[in-house]
Amino acid sequence: MSTIRTEKNLQGITTAHPDGIGGSPLRPDGILKVKGEFAYSSDMWHEDMLWGMALRSPHAHARILSVDVSEAVKHPGVQAVMTHDDIPGSKFYGLEIKDQPALAMGKIRYHGEAIAIVAADHPETARRALAKIKVEYEILPTITTEEQCLDPETYGYVHEPAEYKGHASGNVVHSQKVISGKGVTDEVRAMADVVIKGDYVVGMQDQAFLGPESGLAVPAEDGGVDLYIATQWLHVDREQIAPVLGLPENKVRLTLAGVGGAFGGREDLSMQIHACLLAQRTGKPVKIVYSREESFFGHVHRHPAKLTYEHGATRDGKLVYCDARIVLDGGAYASASPAVVGNAASLGMGPYEVPNVNMLAVALYSNNPSCGAMRGFGAVQACFAYEAQMDKLAAELGMDPVELRQINAVEQGSIMPTGQEIDAPAPVADLLRRVKALPLPPALDTTHLDVRDIPGALSNTSHGEGIVRGVGYAVGIKNVGFSEGFDDYSTARVRLEVIGGEPVAMVHTAMAEVGQGGVTVHGQIARTELGVEQVTIHPANTEVGSAGSTSASRQTYMTGGAVKLACEAVRNELVALGRKRYGWTYNDLSLVGGKVVSASAGALVPIADLLGDSAIDLTREHHHRPTVPFDKETGQGFGHVQYTFCAHRAVVDVDVELGLVKVVELAAAQDVGKALNPLSVVGQIQGGSTQGLGLAVMEEIVVKDGKVRNPSFTDYLIPTILDTPPMPVEVLELADEHAPYGLRGVGEAPTLSSTPAVVAAIRQATGLALNRVPVRPEHLTGTGE
Amino acid sequence: MRVTFTANGREVEADDVWEGESLLFMLRERLGLPGSKNACEQGECGSCTVYLDGAPVCSCLVAAGQVQDREVRTVEGLADPQGSLDEVQQAFVDAGAVQCGFCTPGLLVQSHDLLERNPQPSDNDIREALSGNLCRCTGYEKIMDAVRLASARKCSSSEVAQ
Repeated sequence: MSTIRTEKNLQGITTAHPDGIGGSPLRPDGILKVKGEFAYSSDMWHEDMLWGMALRSPHAHARILSVDVSEAVKHPGVQAVMTHDDIPGSKFYGLEIKDQPALAMGKIRYHGEAIAIVAADHPETARRALAKIKVEYEILPTITTEEQCLDPETYGYVHEPAEYKGHASGNVVHSQKVISGKGVTDEVRAMADVVIKGDYVVGMQDQAFLGPESGLAVPAEDGGVDLYIATQWLHVDREQIAPVLGLPENKVRLTLAGVGGAFGGREDLSMQIHACLLAQRTGKPVKIVYSREESFFGHVHRHPAKLTYEHGATRDGKLVYCDARIVLDGGAYASASPAVVGNAASLGMGPYEVPNVNMLAVALYSNNPSCGAMRGFGAVQACFAYEAQMDKLAAELGMDPVELRQINAVEQGSIMPTGQEIDAPAPVADLLRRVKALPLPPALDTTHLDVRDIPGALSNTSHGEGIVRGVGYAVGIKNVGFSEGFDDYSTARVRLEVIGGEPVAMVHTAMAEVGQGGVTVHGQIARTELGVEQVTIHPANTEVGSAGSTSASRQTYMTGGAVKLACEAVRNELVALGRKRYGWTYNDLSLVGGKVVSASAGALVPIADLLGDSAIDLTREHHHRPTVPFDKETGQGFGHVQYTFCAHRAVVDVDVELGLVKVVELAAAQDVGKALNPLSVVGQIQGGSTQGLGLAVMEEIVVKDGKVRNPSFTDYLIPTILDTPPMPVEVLELADEHAPYGLRGVGEAPTLSSTPAVVAAIRQATGLALNRVPVRPEHLTGTGE
Repeated sequence: MRVTFTANGREVEADDVWEGESLLFMLRERLGLPGSKNACEQGECGSCTVYLDGAPVCSCLVAAGQVQDREVRTVEGLADPQGSLDEVQQAFVDAGAVQCGFCTPGLLVQSHDLLERNPQPSDNDIREALSGNLCRCTGYEKIMDAVRLASARKCSSSEVAQ
């Protein structure tokens, strides 16, 4: 076959594919989702399926004296009742430390811990059967405050020290110091002209994803089980499930069902083991769907934190030192606490150059609800505190708060307190400049007042009197990917073949699409790399290697990177086929518009002709550059894969008489390296910003003596569309040369700075100190704690 | 008990319905219409919104038996019988208003109702109408865009029709 180079041949083939990277093609699952046909995990249905349900402890700390299931077993319609005695394999599981019993054994460590499970023909039958299980408890005093946790000799241990796994000691799950420069000594303190101290509190936030924990476990003929599940990481679920079932991993097969949001809350197991145990026991498919109330007990939350900061600075605003202590309440079981501690310690100075640092972050075991992953973990809590400190320092120095931040901002080449150099763009000062330069929203028009514009909105609380406006700024730093030596590789399989005369790429990964749009991006990468129109996304399952977790802002970087590698391998093989068949000697070949194209000689051959009946099917793993654990005593080490930055400006109106806040506008600027899908990138930034807004003014799981007081959407409030303001977004694209396409993880950074920006604006409006989030009405009116 | 009613224009019948079941459960588990979603089941999130005799309701708060001989229209009934999407549905896809999509069915029914009543809503009208529908992914900006887009398209297509 000869190649004819004409102008026509080159038309339209040298430009980037509009649905390739950098474009915003529509989500491949979008049509199904708007038609109500997308199958979420709670939509799973199987003939003869049973409904599973768990009995949960009403106490936060208790010894289980006896469990009597005899009446429940006899309840008509009940097919199985199981306690820990009936577990065939290992009785413990856990994300990093296997310290959590699949069903409580002898002891209850938190309110809502599962004790027994039933399978029945109807959810109401299951509920009634649970009510017939008799549990005798000896209620124990709870260990819930920092003082109690840190004095186990007096108050006791949440876990027997003999049973500790991992690095725990006392009731401390994990701790990390970071010491840099000279640390914080009297000599260092003497170098500062001004000293700012503050104590801060961050409440327990819930991920509040809308799709409840749910799934369907189907027993298989080979004695294994097939689980259709909403999760963030199929393979790590399987690693934890299989040993409890007493099965080898290859007999536990997971397929991703539709996921209704995640935000970290699905990184730990919830109902997975219970559904599989019941399916194994009954030989029938078992579906479990949590109610919203059970969901509040069934997943881990954001660690509440107490943060103590002391900053010293020179009169001209340069930071001299920071002494900080962050105490995170990890609750009953370890979950992701070690990683949360690592982030808090290593990122707790913020995106600032601080020459002398003494930082300690710890996570505690307590009888409070378990806490683990939530969007931006560790970094969110710290950002609220260090940004409050920056505002206090600016006020003390009489400086503009943005200028103070810019003076101290890290940039490319800066050294983090861990000794790690920031070896990619770090446009912190520029992001702040950009949000500050945006036009401010118009003042509240009290002469033509629309109550929907004011705090209290439709409650018709006022006519605009007593409302004051404030503006606040914040910026944050987050790591991307798993840190501290963890090789969280991703796998992708790409198959190229001709279907109906057209080349079609099939992309197969185990990536959990939780709403972020990874499936859209995988198609874009395949179109860009392989020059094809048609891309099929294979359902995510455990037939292909791990894709790691959909968390840590890592999926586009890691699994997107794996898809890119697999596509490149397929392309190389295809080109090799062409070289062999046609004797090409070009070194400038690419795949564009369904053809093999030489930059110098033009289109050579349609991919479909070259491939014919054969298929190229290759799998590749993508590993990020290696990191190392932080030194236990000094926190030094190349611990993070990549850093990411976002800045916010918040404008608020506060009704100072009623203590109500209306966020008027929340502007963001973020560097994303390369926006693979600009529409999705903006969607991530706005969604993350809104979760930060929620933490600022409304979201908190209220826990008293270990008991959760507000496990419902009536009492745990998340922002509605009336609470959420316009959110202008500026996206910067400064490439990180270490990352695929230069991209930077997007999802988490906007959740960090949003909270402190909103609170800074409320402080500016009211003049109040406001050292805790969420800010409640009583904090603004002086009528509460 | 047996419940007979109209779902998306079709006469349907559900047998062995327990008296405590909600309309939502009956639609999802007995009639193969899982489009309406079960996010809170206490009327706070709006994910289960359906039309009942033309008025949007939280189907989790309606007892199954209450819909005897009545008309229910769910997200599955928004597209026309040939399957082409309603303008609101298409606008949600086009504007990037769908991420995880769990809130989407309820928001679509509520937005559809808004535009039926008020084809050119102001931003505050949109916010007020959708204030009972929680979304955790998007921060609502793209949902605002979608409703504005659907409104513009509906208005321009009705101008063309005139």
